[in-house]
Amino acid sequence: MNNFAQLLESLIFSPRRSVKQAHLVSWIAETTFPDKGWGLAALIGDLTFPAVKAGVIRELAAETSDKYLFELSYDFVGDLAETVALLWPAHAVCKEASQTSQIPALNQIVERLISVCRADSKSVLAGYLDQMNVSQRWALLKMATGGMRVGLSARMARLAIAEYYHRDIAEIEEIWPLLHPPYAELFGWLEGRAERPSAKGRAVFRPMMLAHPIDETRLDTLECNDWQVEWKWDGARIQLVSAEQGVKLFSRSGDDISASFPELAGPMEWKGVLDGEILAGTPEKIDSFNALQKRLNRKTASVKMQRSNPVFLRFYDIMFCGKSDLRALPLSERRKMLEAQAGQIDHPQYDISALLEAKDGAHLARLRDDCRQSRLIEGLMLKAKDSPYQAGRITGAWYKWKRDPLLADLVMMYAQRGHGKRSSYYSDYSFGAWTETENGVELVPVAKAYSGFTDAELKKLDKFVKDHTTNRFGPVREVEHKLVVEIAFDSIHLSPRHKSGVAMRFPRVHMIRWDKAVEEADQLSEIKKLI
Amino acid sequence: MIDWARIHKKGLFIEPAQAYIDPPFASSCALITHGHADHARAGHKHVIATTQTLDIMALRYGADFAEHKTALDYGQSVQVRDVMVTMAPSGHVLGSAQIILDYQGKRLVAAGDYKRKADPTCAPFEVVQCDVFVTEATFGLPVFRHPDPHQEIEKLLSVHRLFPERTMLVGAYALGKAQRIITLLREAGYNQPVYLHGAMQKLSLLYEKWGVSLGNWQAATADISLAGKIVIAPPSAFGTSWMRRLHDPLICFASGWMQVRQRAKQRGVELPLILSDHADWDDLLATIEQVAPKQVWVTHGREDALIHACEMRGISAKALSLIGYDESEQ
Repeated sequence: MNNFAQLLESLIFSPRRSVKQAHLVSWIAETTFPDKGWGLAALIGDLTFPAVKAGVIRELAAETSDKYLFELSYDFVGDLAETVALLWPAHAVCKEASQTSQIPALNQIVERLISVCRADSKSVLAGYLDQMNVSQRWALLKMATGGMRVGLSARMARLAIAEYYHRDIAEIEEIWPLLHPPYAELFGWLEGRAERPSAKGRAVFRPMMLAHPIDETRLDTLECNDWQVEWKWDGARIQLVSAEQGVKLFSRSGDDISASFPELAGPMEWKGVLDGEILAGTPEKIDSFNALQKRLNRKTASVKMQRSNPVFLRFYDIMFCGKSDLRALPLSERRKMLEAQAGQIDHPQYDISALLEAKDGAHLARLRDDCRQSRLIEGLMLKAKDSPYQAGRITGAWYKWKRDPLLADLVMMYAQRGHGKRSSYYSDYSFGAWTETENGVELVPVAKAYSGFTDAELKKLDKFVKDHTTNRFGPVREVEHKLVVEIAFDSIHLSPRHKSGVAMRFPRVHMIRWDKAVEEADQLSEIKKLI
Repeated sequence: MIDWARIHKKGLFIEPAQAYIDPPFASSCALITHGHADHARAGHKHVIATTQTLDIMALRYGADFAEHKTALDYGQSVQVRDVMVTMAPSGHVLGSAQIILDYQGKRLVAAGDYKRKADPTCAPFEVVQCDVFVTEATFGLPVFRHPDPHQEIEKLLSVHRLFPERTMLVGAYALGKAQRIITLLREAGYNQPVYLHGAMQKLSLLYEKWGVSLGNWQAATADISLAGKIVIAPPSAFGTSWMRRLHDPLICFASGWMQVRQRAKQRGVELPLILSDHADWDDLLATIEQVAPKQVWVTHGREDALIHACEMRGISAKALSLIGYDESEQ
């Protein structure tokens, strides 16, 4: 437990991914199984303790500290686990310096907390806290409440495992969905005690293939016959898995979203794995991404919801047919297979993404221009016909060529310092559009952007912010309304959560208009017409 | 209790002495507890302080910073109008003092900023019993329990050994904290030169003049390669072009605030060192118990919690709500 606490301390204060990963690798090296499995599970949020809730920890705090002092402390610290870790009375057995060999190992603690019942959870936690120093108490309570917030993704954890055991990350990604904490099968295989885990019969997620944005200079020399061209539909990428043990729908990142879309993940005779897009509406009448979002944000969907906000699947690719793995085949073969299987796939609501014909780069460009008319299509997909299906973004295999972005001239209103390398620059900006209010014409924030500029432009923007600050709110600087920036964005939607009533997708700086007068920036009413 | 001391114009005014304690404005007579700029401001006509504090003020504001100066050693007294003024060490920084005021058989002790942990760079806090104890509450919350300073320095040295090629850039206040870190490093057996930002060199010379030995230290100037060195700089140097010259610095910060992880993280600190020149929660309460005043007045910090804790112990306490003292880091 002590090493795990030290790892957490190192991770929370490491600003860089590479440093975090180095800490993690050295911890994996010096930790034995099952401690390393439990620790990783805790780090990536793959552990739950059903009987240990934040409420239990609040109760503990209330018993050990005066209520008013606890409230003042919690208000100052802002994190329940850390507040209790700091407030917990230090016992004589455990002065900070004395390293505690007698505190239980991580696996003992985790296994106890998994099985503990609600009635005992408080006393069990208290027993551990009494034996620990501040850092260990903090680690225990962070683990117990879930949500480590040390800036470590599951992907980084897998990368660290791959690095330490000298394995290809794809080998680990592939079997990850099969695993459960403390990942006995994984470490058994990595440490040579067992066979590599296998997915047979189980409905598990397979890592998906992604596309790079295209370098437009390539288009002149593009041999169109070698490429499969499709529309890039504006939905959410999914994977449908139908196996002996059931049907599941996964998001691009591997989250099981079957419960959100029960009508798309019902029982099927056909078995295999399909790659596709979930879209709102029906194949005959597709609805916008905004309509899909109403379903995406829900954990479940009532029958009423299923009827009022219908969804369907549009398949792009086939990864498995029955038990045979098709991923090593070239795309052209997989496509034939997908078309051939279409008659057999007994899914209730789906179709297959249509192929587009293009003779040359100019023809492609015309197709791309066409899709600007539609809010349902984000652009074109170009996939090499000879590409096998591989996990991640593979250079030279799949490309996306998005339609030209929408543009708006907005006024810079606020700025904040960036992170990491940019921490000494004001690099995160909020931009506003003009709108009529009771007090006359005012700016209302419509977009936040922190990319799209060069390093030289960043320096100029930073200087502008520093020279034109009119007010400070904590880390945020308000700037004089003086600078117009052309913002590019993929689409814009109504959003009751924002003051402006709209939200942009992926806004970024397109051009800094040092020349333009703020009065000429766009009106919110004009921007709303782009919805 | 005592009605001859009160808040006037945002300063603690001692009526029968016609003097303020650490006034945040230019006054005709100022009793100064210690040399930090928020307590020892410029422009007073008459300053009464310890010799070291007067030295520090002269360094900062020039030799003629006041028309009259009264230098007191610890334990020495001076009559200011009707009040007997005595200095006692407060353990905060070099020359820091509690100001003891005796008038008409009643005693008020204004402790200024103080700490109870051992610190070889200044005289240790002395318990002085009194009727009214005027205390700070910078770390007046039960979450603040400062660890052993040697353990924190060991943390610094072990990370230094782990990344021997990186510059350990330690953020620390120029008066007190910087010199304390150097002496802690020396106690831990670190005998390499320590590199100091320009803002702390004169103060370090002053410490040496007063007999605090700092070993080998050098100016952190542009022409020296600082890779693999320990460099100490004030917070104001962070994010400046001076700092950008350093190659791949590992940002450390020495302050009591570093106890709260998210706060340390927000400041971009990679290695927080919980090292404070103030009393932590336990020491605030222990001090009040030892001083055994009839009443506690809290000047600045998290006064709500400290007053609540005093009242739970049956000690009457009130907030003076003095503002203007630097809340950030010391």
